[in-house]
Amino acid sequence: MSRSWAYASNYLVYSAMAVYAISFIAHAIETAWAVKVPTDKNTTLDYKRTEKVARIATAMMILGFFLLFAGVIARGISAGRVPWGNMYEFSITGALAFSGAYLLALRKFDLRWLGLLVSVSVLLTIGTAITVLYVPSAPLVPALKSEWLVIHVSAAIISGGVFLLSNVIAAAYLYLDRVEEKGERPQWAKRLPDLETLDQLSYRLVAFVFPLWTFSVIAGAIWAESAWGRYWGWDPKETWAFITWVAYAAYLHARVTIGWRGRRAAWLCLFAGSTFLFNYIYVNIWGTGKHTYSGL
Amino acid sequence: MSEQIQLPELDSVGLLRYAWRQLTSMRTALILLLLVGIAAIPGSLVPQRTQNPLQVSQYFKDSPDLARWMDRFYLFDVYGSPWFSAIYILLFISLIGCVLPRTFEHFKAARALPPVTPKNLSRLEHHHSWSAKGNELDLARAWFKSKRFRVLEANGTISAEKGFARETGNLFFHLALILILLGISFSSLFGMRGEAIVNVGERFVNTPTSYDTLTYGKLYRDSNIPAFMLIADKFVAQYNVETSAPEDYTLNVSLLREGSKRVEKKVIKVNKPMTIGTTRVYLQANGYAPVVTVRDSRGDVAFQGPVTFLPQDANLRSIGAIKVPDADPQIGFLGSFLPTYVRDGVNGGASAFPKALNPRLLLSVWSGDLGLDSGIPQSVYRIDTTEMRQIGLKGLKPGESYVYEGGSITFEGYVQWVNLNFVADPGKHLALLGGIVAILGLLASLFTRRRRIWIRVGEDVEVAGLAKNAAPGLEIEIQSFVKMLKGEK
Repeated sequence: MSRSWAYASNYLVYSAMAVYAISFIAHAIETAWAVKVPTDKNTTLDYKRTEKVARIATAMMILGFFLLFAGVIARGISAGRVPWGNMYEFSITGALAFSGAYLLALRKFDLRWLGLLVSVSVLLTIGTAITVLYVPSAPLVPALKSEWLVIHVSAAIISGGVFLLSNVIAAAYLYLDRVEEKGERPQWAKRLPDLETLDQLSYRLVAFVFPLWTFSVIAGAIWAESAWGRYWGWDPKETWAFITWVAYAAYLHARVTIGWRGRRAAWLCLFAGSTFLFNYIYVNIWGTGKHTYSGL
Repeated sequence: MSEQIQLPELDSVGLLRYAWRQLTSMRTALILLLLVGIAAIPGSLVPQRTQNPLQVSQYFKDSPDLARWMDRFYLFDVYGSPWFSAIYILLFISLIGCVLPRTFEHFKAARALPPVTPKNLSRLEHHHSWSAKGNELDLARAWFKSKRFRVLEANGTISAEKGFARETGNLFFHLALILILLGISFSSLFGMRGEAIVNVGERFVNTPTSYDTLTYGKLYRDSNIPAFMLIADKFVAQYNVETSAPEDYTLNVSLLREGSKRVEKKVIKVNKPMTIGTTRVYLQANGYAPVVTVRDSRGDVAFQGPVTFLPQDANLRSIGAIKVPDADPQIGFLGSFLPTYVRDGVNGGASAFPKALNPRLLLSVWSGDLGLDSGIPQSVYRIDTTEMRQIGLKGLKPGESYVYEGGSITFEGYVQWVNLNFVADPGKHLALLGGIVAILGLLASLFTRRRRIWIRVGEDVEVAGLAKNAAPGLEIEIQSFVKMLKGEK
C-alpha cells in the first residue's frame, strides 16, 4: 500500500518536472520572440505575438504545480507523515512552495517576466532532488515524531520560498540598475517593471514573511525544548537561522528607520538571503549538530 | 599663521552624553545588529565545548598550537565569550536607550487628541469634494466610531486618526526581545542541567552524586534539587526491519516523589519528556550494557555487574572496557558488544541489526597496570594498554565463560541503558512569553498603517487624508468612506 503511493509520488514528481520543462521552454520562447519583434525603437515590445505562448507557459506552470502538489501529497501518504522528513522532501516541497508563491503573486502583480527564472529554479531544484538527494520513502526517526514538525518546518519552507523570490527580485534590481547606468535596457528587459517597483516589491515580500520566519524560529525553539531539553543551544542550524533573522531585521531597520533604498538595500537583502541558502545547503550536507539526522 | 580649529570642549558629563547618544543612534544599533550575526558565525564552523566537547579535544590533539591560540580567542566557547557578550550587551543597551524614550513619547501621543482639521483640505492628498446633503457629519461620526478612529470634532469638521498600533506593536516587539534576554539570564542563574546513565531495572535517586555530569546556574544550590526517585522499569526500542532506522523509543518508569507514598507510573519518549515540578526529564540516548562476572584463579568473584558500552553505529555495535583493579596483576578487558552478531572478515564480527537477536561479546584480555593511580583522568570506555600485555582473545555467547591465565570471565547477559537529561529551566516561560509578544508586536507594526482622515461639511463636503510613511491603502479606504457618505453601495 505505502509502496504503491511512493511509486505514484515518484511518477507525479517526474511528470511535474516534464511539465515544468515545457513551461520553461514556453517562457524562453516568449522572451526570445518578444526580443525579436520590437514595434519601434524605444517603446515596449509587441506582446500580441507572444501572448499565446505566455499563456501556455503560465498554464503549464499551474499544471506542473498541481502535479507536484499531488506528488508531494502522495509522498506524505506513503510515509504516513508530513512530506518533509529529509532533504529530498524539503526540496520538492520547497519547489512547490516557491512556484506556489510565484503563482499567488501573479494574481496580484504582472510578474510573468519572472516566469523564466522561476521555472528554471524549480527545474533545477526538482532535478537535484531526484538525482542527488533521493531517498526511499520511510517513516520518521523518533526525534522527528512531533506535531511541531508540521508547524516548524512548513513555516520555514514557506519563509524560504518567499525569501528566495525577494532575492531574485533584488538581484534583478541590481542587474538592471547597472544596465540603466550605462544606457538603455536591452529589448528583452524592457518588459520588466521599473526599478522603483522592483525595489518596493522585494521589500514588501520580506516585510510580509519576516514575522513568519520569526514564528518558525520560535516554533523550532519550543520543539527543541521538548525534544532536546533546551530551547536554544547554538546548534549550527539554529545559529544560522538566528543569523538570517538578524540580517533581515537589519534590512528592515535600514529601510524603515534609516531610509535605505535601491542598491544598498538590495545588497543587504541578497546578503540576508544568502545566509538562508547557506543554512539549507551547508548545514544540511556538511554540517554537524542535531539537525543533521535527516539522512540528507 | 594658521587658524586653529575650535573644538567644542567636552567635560566628562558632555563626553558621557555624547557616548550615550552615539550608542543609542540607529546607525550604531544597526551595526551592532549585523555584528551579532557575524559574531555568531565562527561558533557554527568551529566545534563548541558546550555542544561537542569530544570534537574540541580532538582539535587539541590534532593541532595543539593552533587550538591553544583559538582557545585564547574563545573560539571554542563563542557564545559565552567576552567579545560575543560585549556585542549583545551593547546591542541591548542601545535598544533600551532607543525604545524607552520612544515609549514615553508614544504614551503621550496616544493620549493626545488628533490635530485640528487643516484649513485648506484641497491641498492634501486624496481630496474629494461634492455638494452636501446635510447628514454627512452624522454618517461620518458613526463610520469613524465603527472603525475605531480617535476623533476630534469642532465647527462642522471631524479630524480622525488611527493606526497607533503600529508604534505600539513596534515598541512591544523590542520590549519582548528584552524579555527573552531576561528569561535566558534567569535560566542561566537559577537553572540546572544534569545527565545520568541509568540501567533498565535500576533506580535513580535524585542527588548530586547520582549524576555523570551536572551543571548549575550561579545562584542554584544543592538544596534546590527536588527529592525524587525513579526506577527505569522497561525500555522498548523499535526499528525498521529493512533499514535499521529507529522508529520509536519508549521508556516506562516508576516515580516516587518526596512526601508521597504512591508510586506513579510514567512514560518518557523522545519528544515527550516527563515533568516533575520544575524539572523535566528527557530521554536522550540508549545502548547496551553487557553483564559479566570476573573470577580470580581461586574462583572468587573480583567483579560482577553490567558495564555501560557506547554505541558506535546504527546497528549498535558498542565498545567498552571492563577494569578489574583489585586483581593482582590488574586485569582489563576491551570489548565489543554485538547485538545481532554476523561474521565480518575485517573486524572479526559486526552487528546486522540494533536489536539483541544474536548477542555476542568479543573480548581482548589484558594483564598488567591499568594506570588508574597515575592521576591522569581516564575514559571509562577505554584502557591505556601501554603498561599491559594481551593474554587472550575470545568471543562469548550469553552464558559462556572464558578461562585465561589467572582467572575467568562469564558473559551473563545484557541489560539496556538509557541516558536521561534532567533540566530545570525556570526562565523559559519568560522567554516564551517574550517570543509570543514579539510576534504579535511584529504583526501589529508591519500590518497597521498610521493615517488621518478629515471631513468638513459646509455647503460642500470635503474629505482628505494623510498616511504616515506614505503607506499604501489609504486611497481605497477614503474611496469607500466617500461612497458611504454619498449613499452609494
